[in-house]
Amino acid sequence: MDIQKVDQIIDKHGAEASALIQVLLEIQRENHWLPQEALARVAERLRVPASRIRHIATFYKAFSLVPKGRHEVHVCVGTACHVRGATRILDTLQDATGILPGETDAELKFSLETVNCLGCCALGPVMVVDGKTHGKLSPAAAADALKSYE
Amino acid sequence: MARLNSSEDLERLRREILARRDPKKPCVAVCAGTGCLASGAADVVAAFRRELDARGLADKVALRGTGCHGFCEKGPIVVLDPEETCYLQATPADVPEIIEKSLMGKEVVERLLYVDPQTKEKTVREPDIPFYKHQKRMVFGPNRKLDPRNIEDYLAIGGYRALARALFERTPEQVILEVKESRLRGRGGAGFLTGVKWEFARRAAGKPKYVVVNCDEGDPGAYMDRSLMEGNPHAVLEGLLIGAYAIGAHEGFFYVRQEYPLAVENLGIALRQAEEHGLLGKNILGSDFDFTAQVHRGAGAFVCGEETALLASLEGQAGEPKPRPPYPAVKGLWGKPTNINNVETWANVPLILNEGAAAFAAIGTAGSKGTKIFSLVGKIANTGLVEVPMGLPLRDVVFKIGGGIPGGRKFKAMQTGGPSGGCIPEELLDLPVGFDELTRAGSMMGSGGMIVMDEDTCMVDVARYFVDFLTEESCGKCVPCREGLRQMHRILTRITKGEGHEGDLETLQQLAETAQEASLCALGRTAPNPFLSTLRYFRDEYEAHIREKRCPALSCKALIHYWIDPAKCRACMLCLRKCPTQAIDGGKQRIHVIDQAKCTNCGTCFEVCPAKFGAVRKLSGVPVPPPIPEEQRTLVRARKQDE
Ligand SMILES: Cc1cc2nc3c(=O)[nH]c(=O)nc-3n(C[C@H](O)[C@H](O)[C@H](O)COP(=O)(O)O)c2cc1C
Ligand code: SF4
Repeated sequence: MDIQKVDQIIDKHGAEASALIQVLLEIQRENHWLPQEALARVAERLRVPASRIRHIATFYKAFSLVPKGRHEVHVCVGTACHVRGATRILDTLQDATGILPGETDAELKFSLETVNCLGCCALGPVMVVDGKTHGKLSPAAAADALKSYE
Repeated sequence: MARLNSSEDLERLRREILARRDPKKPCVAVCAGTGCLASGAADVVAAFRRELDARGLADKVALRGTGCHGFCEKGPIVVLDPEETCYLQATPADVPEIIEKSLMGKEVVERLLYVDPQTKEKTVREPDIPFYKHQKRMVFGPNRKLDPRNIEDYLAIGGYRALARALFERTPEQVILEVKESRLRGRGGAGFLTGVKWEFARRAAGKPKYVVVNCDEGDPGAYMDRSLMEGNPHAVLEGLLIGAYAIGAHEGFFYVRQEYPLAVENLGIALRQAEEHGLLGKNILGSDFDFTAQVHRGAGAFVCGEETALLASLEGQAGEPKPRPPYPAVKGLWGKPTNINNVETWANVPLILNEGAAAFAAIGTAGSKGTKIFSLVGKIANTGLVEVPMGLPLRDVVFKIGGGIPGGRKFKAMQTGGPSGGCIPEELLDLPVGFDELTRAGSMMGSGGMIVMDEDTCMVDVARYFVDFLTEESCGKCVPCREGLRQMHRILTRITKGEGHEGDLETLQQLAETAQEASLCALGRTAPNPFLSTLRYFRDEYEAHIREKRCPALSCKALIHYWIDPAKCRACMLCLRKCPTQAIDGGKQRIHVIDQAKCTNCGTCFEVCPAKFGAVRKLSGVPVPPPIPEEQRTLVRARKQDE
C-alpha cells in the first residue's frame, strides 16, 4: 500500500492517538487488509507502540492482517438467517471454495467471512458478494452464484 | 442557508418550508432502507426519476427516497401520497404503469396491492394493511415521511421544536424531571430509567461531561437502531442535544457499527445540515448552549455495545469491559462523567418534550411506558420492523402484525433479547410486551430482536447457536465467561451431534451458574440465558437428543437422514439432477434411491422435490428403511393426473 495514502489518512485524523481505530478502519477499507509497512507508519506517526496496534488489529473483527481475495463473500449468520438455514449455506460454500470462514484461497480468488445480521432479514438466508446482495438462498443457489465470479 | 438564531427563526423557517409545499402535490415515497435497497429499491427510484422526467412531470410530482418503512418482507415499497396508496414488491418495470394509472389518472394498480393471504382481499391504503394497522408508530412512523438527507423534511414535521422548547422554556433540571416523569426506560437492553441516569450525570462532579449514542447494535437479529439512524438521524440528534443540555455536556459521540455504512453516511449529512442551520455548534438557536458531535465507527466486536467497553473503544483502546461502579455517569470517557443511551432511547426524547411526560406515560404497562420497536424476523410471514405499544400481547405481534408462520407450519417459540435473552414458548404468548414481563418469563427485552421459530427449529441448536456466538464474542477477560462458554459450547455441539450423554445437562447447568455469578460484565452474566430458557421450556428436546439420538425438529444435520418414500416418488429426476454429490440413483420411470454413504445431508433433494409429490422425507431416531428391491423400482404410471 502507498505510504502517502496512509499519511493522508493519518493527517485527516490529526495524527491523534485516540483516532487509532478510525485510522485503521480507513486503511482497511482502502486496501482491504493491513500491511505491515502501513502499521509501522501508523505506529510511528500516532506514537503508539506496535504491540498495541497488533492488539487492536486482532481484537476487532473488521481488520485483516493478511491479504484478501478478489471477491469477498459475506454469509449472514444472524439469528434470522440461522433459523432459515444459514448453516447449510455456509457448509455448501465451504465445500465450493475449499476454505473456512476467515480464510482466503490460495489463488486469492475468494475470501469467506461470516457476518452477524445484515439487516435484510426478509431476504434470509442472505450472502453479500463484493457488496451485491444475494437473498432467499438455497444451498444450490449459493454455490451457483459463486460460479459467475472470475 | 442562514443560521437560525432563535426559536422564532426556527418557526419562521418551518412556515416557509410548509408554504413552499403544496400538501396536495403528489409525492412518491420509495423505501430506500437497507432491506429494500437489497431487493432493488435504488433501481425503482431511478426508474421513477427517469420516467417522471420523460413525461415532464418532474415539477409536478415529488420523489422521495426515504428510510425503512418496516414492511421489509414486501420491499421495494412505494407509497403514493397524499392518498397513501401502498404498492409492494415494485420493480422498475412497474413504474410506467404506476405513473400513468395512479399519478396521471386516479386508478389503482391492483396487482401491486397488499393481498390478504387468507381472504384474498386487497388493501389500497398503507394504514389499512394489517401489518401497519395494529402498530403504534410514534418513533418509527416519521421514517416514511422524510428524506433523511434533507433537514427540511424533518423541520416540516415539527423537527427541533422540542429542542427549542428545552432551551428556551425549561431549565436543565426541568427537562430531567420531565424525562423522569415520562418513566422512559433505556431501549438498549437493561431498561434503566433514562431520567434517573441523566440526573446522575448532571449531579456528577467533573468537567467536561460527555453524551454518547450507542448504535453498536450487536444483537444478530435486530436492525431497528440502524433503520432509525438511516431513516431519521435528526430525531436521534435532537434527542441527544436535549440530553446534553439537561446534563450539561458540550460534546457528544455517535458510536456506529462500521457494518452500517448508510447510517454513517446519512448521519454525517444530518450533522452537517444541522450545523449549517445553527442547530449544532456554538450558541445553538441563539442560546448560550454549545454542542459538537462526532461520529465514531465501531470495528466489529459485540462486546463494544457494553457501555464501558464502548467507551474504551472510543478512546482508541481494545473494547474490554471494566468493572462498574464507577458507572460511566461518574467516571466515563477519559475519566469524565458520561451519559450513554441507545439510539431508540434518544429518539424517544423529542417526543416526550413535544407531547408531554403524562401523555407518554399514559401508553404502556405499569413498568414499561411508550412503545418499542422490534425486528420481527425468522419464521414469520411479515418480516419487518414493528413498533407496538408496551403491553400488547406477544400473540398479537406474531399473528395480527406478523401474519403468523409461513408455509402452514406451527409456531414453536419466540426468541427475544438477543444472545442475552431467551425463548418464549407458545403457552406464554399472551404475555404483554414489557421489560419486567419478559424478564419474568426467563427472557428479556434486550434491544428488540424477536426471532420467530416454528416446528422445524431445533431448540437445542438455538441454544448452541447463541452460546457459539458469545464464545466468539467474549473478550476473554474472565475465566467463567471465556472458558465456561467454550465448555458449554462443546457440550451443546456434542448433543446436537447425537453424542450427548447422561449428566450433560447437569454439567451445563453448573457452568451456566458459574458464568452468571462470576463474570464481570453482562455478556458473561447473561450468556447462559438462551440455554436456561430453552431447557426450562423444551427439556424434552434436549432429552430426545441425548437419550434417543433424535432431533424432534428434524433439524440437526448429524441426527437426520434423507429418504425417498418409494410410494411417493414419481421419478421426475429433479433431485437426481440437483444433488451436489451424485448420491441419488434413479432414472426415467425408475424410483429414486438415496445412497446414504454418499449423502452429505445438504437437503437439496428435500427442497427441490415438488410439493405435490413430497417424496423426500427427513428421518431422525429411526433406521433408514432398506432400498426397495431392484425389480420393484420401475414406476408404473397408474393415472395421468399423477404427472
Ligand atoms: C454485551 C453487551 C452488549 C450490548 N450491546 C448494546 C448495543 O448493541 N446497543 C445498545 O444500545 N446497548 C447495548 N448494551 C447495553 C449498554 O451497555 C447500555 O446499557 C446501553 O447502551 C444504555 O442505554 P439505554 O439506557 O438507553 O438502554 C449492551 C450490553 C452488553 C452487556
Ligand atoms: S464477562 Fe466475558 S465479555 Fe464480559 S468482561 Fe468478562 S470475559 Fe469479557
